[in-house]
Amino acid sequence: MSLEYENDGALHAKLIEEVLSQYPDKAAKRRKKHLSVATSGDEAGEESEVLSECEVKSNIKSIPGVMTIRGCAYAGSKGVVWGPVKDMVHISHGPVGCGQYSWSQRRNYYVGTTGIDTFVTMQFTSDFQERDIVFGGDKKLEQVIDEIEELFPLNKGVTVQSECPIGLIGDDTEAVSRNKAKEHEKTIVPVRCEGFRGVSQSLGHHIANDAIRDWVFEKKDIEFEASPYDINVIGDYNIGGDAWASRILLEEMGLRVVGNWSGDATLAEIERAPKAKLNLIHCYRSMNYICRHMEEKYGIDWMEYNFFGPSQTEASLRKIAKHFGPEIEAKAEAVIAKYRPLVDAVIAKYRPRLEGRTVMLYVGGLRPRHVVTAYEDLGMVIVGTGYEFGHNDDYQRTGHYVKKGTLIYDDVTGYELEKFIEGIRPDLVGSGIKEKYPVQKMGIPFRQMHSWDYSGPYHGYDGFAIFARDMDLAINNPVWNLYDAPWKKKAEPSAAIAAE
Amino acid sequence: MPQSAEKVLDHAPLFREPEYRQMLAEKRLNFECPHPDQVVTDQGEFTKTWEYREKNLAREALVVNPAKACQPLGAVFAAAGFERTMSFVHGSQGCVAYYRSHLSRHFKEPASAVSSSMTEDAAVFGGLKNMVDGLANTYQLYDPKMIAVSTTCMAEVIGDDLHSFIENAKDEGSVPRDFDVPFAHTPAFVGSHVDGYDVTVKGILEHFWKGEERTEAEGTINIIPGFDGFCVGNNRELKRLLDLLGVSYTFIQDASDQFDTPSDGEYRMYDGGTKIEDVRKALNAEATLSLQHYNTRKTLEYCEGRGQATASFHYPLGVQATDDFLMEVSAISGKQIPETIRLERGRLVDAMADSQSWLHGKKYAVYGDPDFVYAVARFIMETGGEPTHCLATNGTSAWEAELKELLASSPFGKDAQVWAGKDLWAMRSLLFTEPVDLLIGNSYGKYLERDTGTPLIRLTFPIFDRHHHHRFALMGYQGGLRVLTTILDKIFDKLDRETSETGVTDYSYDLTR
Repeated sequence: MSLEYENDGALHAKLIEEVLSQYPDKAAKRRKKHLSVATSGDEAGEESEVLSECEVKSNIKSIPGVMTIRGCAYAGSKGVVWGPVKDMVHISHGPVGCGQYSWSQRRNYYVGTTGIDTFVTMQFTSDFQERDIVFGGDKKLEQVIDEIEELFPLNKGVTVQSECPIGLIGDDTEAVSRNKAKEHEKTIVPVRCEGFRGVSQSLGHHIANDAIRDWVFEKKDIEFEASPYDINVIGDYNIGGDAWASRILLEEMGLRVVGNWSGDATLAEIERAPKAKLNLIHCYRSMNYICRHMEEKYGIDWMEYNFFGPSQTEASLRKIAKHFGPEIEAKAEAVIAKYRPLVDAVIAKYRPRLEGRTVMLYVGGLRPRHVVTAYEDLGMVIVGTGYEFGHNDDYQRTGHYVKKGTLIYDDVTGYELEKFIEGIRPDLVGSGIKEKYPVQKMGIPFRQMHSWDYSGPYHGYDGFAIFARDMDLAINNPVWNLYDAPWKKKAEPSAAIAAE
Repeated sequence: MPQSAEKVLDHAPLFREPEYRQMLAEKRLNFECPHPDQVVTDQGEFTKTWEYREKNLAREALVVNPAKACQPLGAVFAAAGFERTMSFVHGSQGCVAYYRSHLSRHFKEPASAVSSSMTEDAAVFGGLKNMVDGLANTYQLYDPKMIAVSTTCMAEVIGDDLHSFIENAKDEGSVPRDFDVPFAHTPAFVGSHVDGYDVTVKGILEHFWKGEERTEAEGTINIIPGFDGFCVGNNRELKRLLDLLGVSYTFIQDASDQFDTPSDGEYRMYDGGTKIEDVRKALNAEATLSLQHYNTRKTLEYCEGRGQATASFHYPLGVQATDDFLMEVSAISGKQIPETIRLERGRLVDAMADSQSWLHGKKYAVYGDPDFVYAVARFIMETGGEPTHCLATNGTSAWEAELKELLASSPFGKDAQVWAGKDLWAMRSLLFTEPVDLLIGNSYGKYLERDTGTPLIRLTFPIFDRHHHHRFALMGYQGGLRVLTTILDKIFDKLDRETSETGVTDYSYDLTR
């Protein structure tokens, strides 16, 4: 199914040179390492599917003053990993802002009675005041936890998501958590995700993973009857229902999803994870740490998969099935066959409307590579892509996906992205809310690829239909043709000459 | 299989299909370890009781669903109201991503700001190097006329001194010596976004006015709007009124163009805003008026200190609040209020008279920033409604006292309760124990609407889930007309919904109301 094409590497190299020339020398030198054009790698061998290389420096500090798009460790922990765990209360511990700006913004869908037994779309904060900074906030945290117990007694546990000041004023949230956990007989997890730690959201993911290892695993006797087909889905945050559109396929092929991390998850699903047979990891960047831990400690294999677009979904279903043997493999084939007519119909409808359209992506730590094939399934061409907070191993994995000549940009700055888009004029840009409106002002269609632009799911077969429809409606909307006032001539060369 | 290419089902209908309902029911039963349904129902009912209300209001430490944001958001909004000004927030970088996202989600517009990207080493050694490099990069890449510096709580906790840092950066050539870099310390653990707005505007005025001689220009007025998610509509409407009056005025901080740029193929990183030259000249104005008192307390004190007359309002919305504003402007400028404006006023009053029977005695809960809540409470009373609950998470005791005085001035305010410092989880209890007909607030109120069934009217920042409301004015008589119509639509829509059942309630489904 893979689409064959090569991008204009010479143009992209020139664009990189142009943006770097605008920086002060010191910044130019640092930014140069983050920008590149994918080159042809070694020809694909039996083992390696690498078609191209896209080596850039990554996961290092952003340069001050350049308008990085990145967030912080708190965003990685509370916003991504812990926030979706639905039956726990997550305290944004510190001043009011962090919790306020991240309140209900990631669209982690869940089912439950909010405020009673589930708490995802709520903002709990210790709302630090000056006195808490001066005298320390541990006493306040104790009281916050007590008040949560009184007013929200059906919570299954509490996490303490530390904001910047906590680590700076030397609070001991671990001691408070330990004591209060004993007193209330509840799971209480302190997470040291202060925003100044690390260089992006990424360290927050890691810290959040470690907190699961240290404060959840092996803390209770878990009664659970295991089966040979038990799997955990790791790193699916159920944005717009992604995890549900995935789960339905996994169950149809005979597997038992005993835990989904962490979209629509309960604490129980996390606690029992070490009893599963296989960890399936979607967002490698944010949750590979805990998979590696479970492999080392409990001998659980883990496997990356990709449920964006039918090509990858099919390949993933087969790869997962292979792990479980012929019976599941047969069922997987049945699932693939069942959905084939839907896939064919979606492609028949939308591919002619999208064929050859060019796309630039700039997303977080997984989608810059994972969604590439979904676009290609619709005949679309990826001309540029980059990660907000990818690491070296993400860029290594990207080579499998992108074609020669693709523009690669790591931790792109507002300035660079604008110039790249201006220079390339793609037919579609997929990125975040901060990028959406500048791009649309330029007359270029845009889809938010963090929140699915309030749509979704995009995972699995049901999600692919929505994805295809959304890309079509973004690109083929008539508004893009209304930008120029008809009385205003586009170019006025005579006037320019006359101005002499 | 529920999905099809012909009719693509979105998430809402998709997950209501039988396959998914069964899947989710089994997930719950087999894997989630939920509380028994009865326990959940009982707790849900308990949260509606007086007993729960008392516990809820007695909270001292925990804050749930607050209606306020932190100081630097106000700083970034304020800076966006000056000509080609880039916000530079000194501290952790994640905060800046949040402010930009928050503003973009409300305005549906670009929101630019940079961070000095301080990390752990800066926490130990201070962020001077980040300031020096950061200012140089911002100056070179984004071609600003001014860089307005504010702080995140990280920089405040470690005690970075903005004044000396900026001086150092200038010494090192990050920006030219005479380039304007005003600053304000905006710790997130003090006050709220309205205070961040205040100190930022004050910082900018101080920067340009310090050491300058003031020569009073009689009859000229400065207007400071305050943090206002409806600045796009409001500022333009007020300018129209002031032009009709023929007053010489300067908006100090005006983000109406910055947050409403056209789509014509060009991305404008900067648009509109108060001209730097006008900020300088504004020192000479006879008076500075604040449209939102609790957004500008320090700024007005400074203006007064510089010899200007000052006056402040509480978000001039509705009849009498607009009257007050116009009369004050008229008094200072010596310009008569023209007949056209009197006619506009009459048209608003006419509309209120036409609709009074539908509004009389209606009970409201209102929340938001202090000045907004004051304004809406006043307008509700003008329509014969009762502002039963008035809540501002960032309301002070001074605000509480002032609002109580207003409420005491009208029979429609006698049963009103003022909730300073309370949050929206407290409001949830209040809406169960002392219910109202309508809730006025922002998008966060939709959870209250869902839980308590109180219809929500979105009239203040942030509004994420409805589009373009902020493009229309709420202030002035024209704005009053829009607020009035919005409230009435909500009432009539609800009435129609409740009376539309064929053969059961539709005897009241009146064609004319």
